[in-house]
Amino acid sequence: MEQTQSFWGFVSQQSDKLWSQTLAHIGLTLISLILAILIAVPAGIYIARKQKIAAAILGFAGVLQTIPSIALLGVMIPFLGIGPKPAIVALFLYALLPILRNTYTGITEVNPVIVDAAKGMGMNKWQILTRVELPLAFPVLMAGIRTATVINVGVATLAAYIAAGGLGEFIFGGIALNNSNMILAGAIPAALLAIAFDFLLSLVQRINLKSLRLSFVVFPFLLVTLSSFYLLPSQIGGRMLAGFTPEFMGREDGYLGLKKIYQLGIETVVISDAVMYKAAFEHKLDVISGYSTDGRLKAYDLITLRDDRHIFPPYFVSPIIRQQSLDAHPELEGVLNQLSGHINDSTMTALNYEVDQLHQSPEKVAMDFMIAHQLYKPSRKGRKGTIRIGSKIFGEQYILAQMYKILISGQTDLNVETKTGLGGTKICFDALTNNQIDLYPEYTGTGFLVLLDPDKELIKRLNGNKDGVYNYVSDQFKKQFNIRWLKPIGFNNTYALMMRREQAQSLHIESITDLTNHLKNN
Amino acid sequence: MIKVEHLVRKFGTSVAVNNISFEVKEGENLILLGTSGCGKTTTLRMINRLIEPDSGRIFLNGNDIREQQPEVLRRGIGYVLQNHGLFPHYTVAENIAIVPNLLKWDKSAIKKRSAELFEKLNLDESLSEKYPAALSGGQQQRVGVARSLMVNPPVLLMDEPFGALDNITRNAIRREFRELDELVKKTIVMVTHDVQEAFELGDRICLMDKGEVKQIGTPKELLFSPASVFVSEFFQEQRLQMELKSVLLEDIFPELKRVSAEDGFSGRSSKITAWDKMDQLLNDNSVDHGDHIDLEKLMAAFSVHKDKISAQK
Ligand SMILES: Nc1ncnc2c1ncn2[C@@H]1O[C@H](COP(=O)(O)OP(=O)(O)OP(=O)(O)O)[C@@H](O)[C@H]1O
Ligand SMILES: [Mg+2]
Repeated sequence: MEQTQSFWGFVSQQSDKLWSQTLAHIGLTLISLILAILIAVPAGIYIARKQKIAAAILGFAGVLQTIPSIALLGVMIPFLGIGPKPAIVALFLYALLPILRNTYTGITEVNPVIVDAAKGMGMNKWQILTRVELPLAFPVLMAGIRTATVINVGVATLAAYIAAGGLGEFIFGGIALNNSNMILAGAIPAALLAIAFDFLLSLVQRINLKSLRLSFVVFPFLLVTLSSFYLLPSQIGGRMLAGFTPEFMGREDGYLGLKKIYQLGIETVVISDAVMYKAAFEHKLDVISGYSTDGRLKAYDLITLRDDRHIFPPYFVSPIIRQQSLDAHPELEGVLNQLSGHINDSTMTALNYEVDQLHQSPEKVAMDFMIAHQLYKPSRKGRKGTIRIGSKIFGEQYILAQMYKILISGQTDLNVETKTGLGGTKICFDALTNNQIDLYPEYTGTGFLVLLDPDKELIKRLNGNKDGVYNYVSDQFKKQFNIRWLKPIGFNNTYALMMRREQAQSLHIESITDLTNHLKNN
Repeated sequence: MIKVEHLVRKFGTSVAVNNISFEVKEGENLILLGTSGCGKTTTLRMINRLIEPDSGRIFLNGNDIREQQPEVLRRGIGYVLQNHGLFPHYTVAENIAIVPNLLKWDKSAIKKRSAELFEKLNLDESLSEKYPAALSGGQQQRVGVARSLMVNPPVLLMDEPFGALDNITRNAIRREFRELDELVKKTIVMVTHDVQEAFELGDRICLMDKGEVKQIGTPKELLFSPASVFVSEFFQEQRLQMELKSVLLEDIFPELKRVSAEDGFSGRSSKITAWDKMDQLLNDNSVDHGDHIDLEKLMAAFSVHKDKISAQK
């Protein structure tokens, strides 16, 4: 991803993808919208006649509206899988309220004298509805549909989280890869779509409708049928399916590398990290990209495939500490290094599982572990000075920070303060260089790629070289920041391909090469 | 033509209409008169089944109206509402064509009939493509009446048709209305709470109070032979005016009747009401209409006439 590439350059290079994403986006929006209209308009008419249940129904639709989109999508995976189906259902649910409410309001606000006159002239219920109530409620109703449309164009970007495509693929991919051209290539068309739909509907809204004809109902049905034909091919079945995060899809040390180095030929969909593990567990996906120590591996009984050709950069954890702090308290180095060798990938996965999935406190998880490994000594309540331990804002880092706290307070005369939850890498690192904390656990890959910002040549040279990366970051951090990398703990929290355990075992797939071969032979 | 028997209608616990019966003959104009909330509208709307009675029966041409589908019944009965009830999204022409369209008239017949009614109701042809909001109150009400007359229904129900108009417009339309040939032959039930309107337009008046009929009769009967204190008190305020309006000049000057038989020209003036005569005299004292009546003579003859009626009773 060249940062210097122009926006138009990106768009023209990716025009095929842009088109298909835009079409998918329109398809998702329209289908869900029309379904919502077909349900919410009759329902709105119905509750306008049954005032007693109106409040309850509107309240219920209002509650649906408040469910966070990602949560809603996640909940639906077991029933509807991933792809367009759950996305359409979610969008449909979001579109219900505005249409339902405006239909209800529009119909109830029709002047009762007019309805009375219609009745008095001998119109039947259907005639009153189609020639009087709906035409008079039409502008209000259309306002609801416009609202729903604009909401749907926006929410449809989230469809990219569950492999339903749409412009969200560019937007979230761009965010993950920090590629602003990519973000704009998704965001601008999405905004234009919203504006265009809203404008077209505003023209429709101004029509003075005399009566509602059957064609008004038939037309949307046709549209839904046609657009679902368009979307159907993306419903994949039969062969193995991989779901990768937008970030993974765009990275050299991700999907691009898998294709280049392993020649992996697997059908892929884009999906969010939040629902990916669950989708794999539910058999909706067969291969996913994840982090090798993620607690969900254990929760969903997934295994990681060995990266036998080393395309994923090593992310081994070491405590990194200010040289001054080490000079002031030389005993720290030995104490901190005691953790080394005690935690491998699966141990860390299990610990993460206890915190993230079983919701135990990091303190308790760390304490139990330390006791079990005879690393625990009661606190000496030392007063020789204070050591401040930082951590980034996720479970694994909390656990590690607690372990170091236990080590230091049990084996030195130093007092320990933890400053957990320091946002991301940048915040933690700045806190360290600015003497706000003394140490925090960092990953070699992050130190290398994010903090040192190496050139392409170097990345290529050190790719997959565990010791090479460690030596390089140790050297550079010492030189540039006067910060020391201590001994790596031993586990590697890197990208990994994952599969369900039982599937991987039955197909005898242990490494990525095995997977590639399996796909080639089938 | 219309026969209403023992109608009762309750809303919740309150009785809106309590055992009302009346009959309207063909071509007759019956006014339902009474204070606000006495059940006039409820009674009227039971005739075209916009409200169903709790008990009691209504016959139209001898047939129980419940035998007909309500929609079919309503298409055969003209209905004029207080606030015209025109469809705001329909042009005047489209509004007028609603009932004919329901009855599947063809376009040319609708066009012909609208033109005819436009002419009769003094509506300009150019209004037909306008929307109701662009019309004056008087025009709206005329269109409302035209709409109810399109399919020439034998029965017309009108709920305060002039209620929303200012006094001057109201008087003007009322006059036109009285002279409209379309309406002369119709059987009309009209609701009003305006005593003057009731006397001007009603062949008979049904005076109601709290859901009950207090008296049914011609304007004269109600004025000069009230059935109860309530009835006489009801007209107290406007009594003199109404009395003058309810008698014709020839009633109080019987000799004029004879003259009119001989002389067609002066006979015309004997058919006006005593009120109109007084109006003429007050506005235009100098002109002698050839009947040698002045204000004093008129009032004297009027009180003689009144005494005669009460003596008869
Ligand atoms: N749909 C209804 N629900 C409840 N009560 C009603 C309803 N319609 C009429 N009423 C009540 O029945 C009584 C008679 O009402 P109605 O409309 O017949 O009076 P009205 O004589 O036409 O009065 P107005 O001159 O004000 O129009 C009133 O007390 C009114 O509140
Ligand atoms: Mg009324």
